[in-house]
Amino acid sequence: MQIIKDKQIIDDTWSYVADDAELKAGNISVSLARWKQDKQQLLAHDGKLGVRIGPADSIDDISPDLKDIQLIELDFPDFADGRLFSHAWLLRGRYNYPGEIRATGHYMPDQVFYLSRVGVNAFNPEKVEDLPIVLSNLNDFTVKYQNSIN
Amino acid sequence: MAHIARNYDKNYCHFTTRQNIQFNWPKLEEVPDILAELASVQMHSIQTSGNCMRNTTSDHLAGICVDEIEDPRPYCEIIRQWTTLHPEFDYLPRKFKIAVSGALHDRAATQFHDIGLHLVKNDAGEVGFKVYVGGGLGRTPVIGQVIKPYLEKKHLLSYLEAILRIYNLFGRRDNKYKARIKILVKESGIDKFSELVEQEWLFIRDSNELSDDRIRAMKAQFVPPAYESDAAQETSFAQRQLDNQAFATWVKYNTADHKMSGYRAAFLSLKAPDSPPGDMTDVQLDAVADLADKYSFGEIRSTHRQNLILADVKQADLFALWQQLDALKLATPNIGTVTDMICCPGLDFCSLANAGSIGVAKEINEALDDMDYIHDIGDLKINMSGCMNGCAHQSVGHIGILGVDKKGAEWYQLTLGGSSENQAAIGERLGPAIAKDQVTKAITTILDVYINQRLDDESFLDMVNRVGITPFKEQVYADN
Repeated sequence: MQIIKDKQIIDDTWSYVADDAELKAGNISVSLARWKQDKQQLLAHDGKLGVRIGPADSIDDISPDLKDIQLIELDFPDFADGRLFSHAWLLRGRYNYPGEIRATGHYMPDQVFYLSRVGVNAFNPEKVEDLPIVLSNLNDFTVKYQNSIN
Repeated sequence: MAHIARNYDKNYCHFTTRQNIQFNWPKLEEVPDILAELASVQMHSIQTSGNCMRNTTSDHLAGICVDEIEDPRPYCEIIRQWTTLHPEFDYLPRKFKIAVSGALHDRAATQFHDIGLHLVKNDAGEVGFKVYVGGGLGRTPVIGQVIKPYLEKKHLLSYLEAILRIYNLFGRRDNKYKARIKILVKESGIDKFSELVEQEWLFIRDSNELSDDRIRAMKAQFVPPAYESDAAQETSFAQRQLDNQAFATWVKYNTADHKMSGYRAAFLSLKAPDSPPGDMTDVQLDAVADLADKYSFGEIRSTHRQNLILADVKQADLFALWQQLDALKLATPNIGTVTDMICCPGLDFCSLANAGSIGVAKEINEALDDMDYIHDIGDLKINMSGCMNGCAHQSVGHIGILGVDKKGAEWYQLTLGGSSENQAAIGERLGPAIAKDQVTKAITTILDVYINQRLDDESFLDMVNRVGITPFKEQVYADN
């Protein structure tokens, strides 16, 4: 699988582990619920750790643990749910989170310029054939009328 | 606009309560061409739909009115730029509208916007913003509440950002009819909502200040035009009014005082008796563009009551302007009167509508064909929407008319006593809905009750506030 990270198409080294699946080797991400439940076990895991959050999750719930997390996945159930844009802003702007923030799920290539401005630096598009489109959409606009993260 | 109307539409356009222009008949496949043509003259349709921040609106007399604390336009433009292509707030729970008023008299319906901003003076004499939040019309009309009695100018954008972030995170997304910020404010209560905003704002306010330089630079974009200082010296204006009653009437109803002596603002009524409210033809558009160049420094404004304004006309030019407007059917002297109705496109053009509005407006207009009678009634705002989405702001009309569908037939719900001005109010329902062929009769009955029972120079709205709806209700439903 390939994704875009920091405006480059790269191989994805992460895998998401569903709540009912066994943890596996390597870099893994889990849901916020699982993170909270199995935190101690996860911290002992040999590999990097990521947490997948949805629009209804609160960034305040994950903020104390950000130092242990190298990837936050913003999982779009629906492109129109804009809460994840604010989540990304809060992670960067309020909590100075330095790790990878990746958009995944049901969002549109049209949205990646805005997502990049609120601090999302990696994109796992719904359709892998969209990768070149996403790359080009990251340069959709040349003007910025307001402050944000980028 | 005339060119677009001519080449891509049926030779006319519609001015909306958002102070925007709507084209109702473009072919889908020609829309890219229209957008390209608009872009060639710095016009666009960005953020005119979708759950984003919409165009910022303001007082149509901004910068020229006599009751202004400060010109709101520089702040509107700062807000417009901030909202345009905003990366974080383009997928809100629902659409979001901001209005700014800089005058004592609120002509921008700010208390019925998601955020309303009033330029106000504090005790120290400094000018800042009074911030209203959670107002709105549509299905659930709500009057905005004060969230910040005084906000320093430098904090304008950080405070807006705090409100928008709280709304984006906590506004309801489960039901689009409960997704506007007014519902969030109502359900959480203004105190709790304010607390959330305040907490958020404390984090960001110092890192996102609006500098004096930025405000100064924006003000420089709105400097007054080159007024002639001796414009008030000439005498023909007064004489023409004495000589020509029709001109005098037009001046009385369709022009407004100007802060610059010798100048007036001229309204162009888009409410001629035989024309759908707010519509304008390509020929009229072209002609008005020329008149604006000739008489008003090339600027044309639209009002939220669907009329136009030439804001800076020398009094010496008003007579010639009036004659030309009259020839264009743009000089009906009915601004602010009962036939200056706000009206949506209704069932004729709109896929959401349940009932016609243009036809009903026409019928009311035809019944009220006596200008003396209309002027005797005075200040009366009728707003009519063809469905409960309320695009024509019926809930804040002094008389509101709402089209509803009753088993496939068009019926109309009347309300009385609404107002979008300083003493904001939502109209009270008069009674059961009325059949289409009875609406005009109901309106004339209401007007008769007013004329018979008003005190001295009491306005319609004042009388409704004094006596309530009962005397009107008794007469309108007398036969049932």
